[in-house]
Amino acid sequence: MKIKALYFARYREVLGVDAERLEGDFKVLDDVRQALLAKGGVYAVLAEQNLMCARNEELCRLDEPVEDGDELAFFPPVTGG
Amino acid sequence: MGVRVQQAAFDPGAEVNAMHAANVGVGAVVGFVGYVRDFNDGREVAGMFLEHYPGMTEKALAKIVVEAEQRWPLLKVEVLHRIGALEPGEPIVFVGVASAHRQAAFDACNFIMDYLKTRAPFWKKENTQEGPRWVEGKQSDQEAAGRW
Repeated sequence: MKIKALYFARYREVLGVDAERLEGDFKVLDDVRQALLAKGGVYAVLAEQNLMCARNEELCRLDEPVEDGDELAFFPPVTGG
Repeated sequence: MGVRVQQAAFDPGAEVNAMHAANVGVGAVVGFVGYVRDFNDGREVAGMFLEHYPGMTEKALAKIVVEAEQRWPLLKVEVLHRIGALEPGEPIVFVGVASAHRQAAFDACNFIMDYLKTRAPFWKKENTQEGPRWVEGKQSDQEAAGRW
């Protein structure tokens, strides 16, 4: 399965990239996060308790099922308004 | 219903007036305008940059407006949020709600702002004297959104 991961705001800065493609056997969004955490180093930012995520431009939880071709996003709590 | 995400400045007074738009069924208009402050969390703020998630931002705002329209009898809703570089004193967000009676307009406007602050993918980065810093999400905003 191939997915695209996007990062925003502080996470984008910490990771040094705004997007990357990943391939693996993912069932839910947290599987993707765990694969990223396993890379070590700066990816530890994705372990933050208040991390937010989205699947195909919709907010979701970490137990959201994922499918091939999905656009996933990880970001810190939003601060608009 | 209208959702706009734009860099350009806007005129809050004109936005409020447009909420009535010659619709004589409108008995109440509530408009909220959020401005960039020059001080936040103990530091002077010289300006800020608003990052967002193009595509998701518009969808998230539209979803919030649809939910408000399902909860209250509304005649018109407008949400406008700016992105990019902003200076203190500049308007950053506008939420306008028109309805027949005031309570629905007050409540829906409040609801939309509470949800926007916790569900719309915007992030503020402030320029302070000690350098740039990302604004942290507030627990009080989560609690405010939780009451609906």
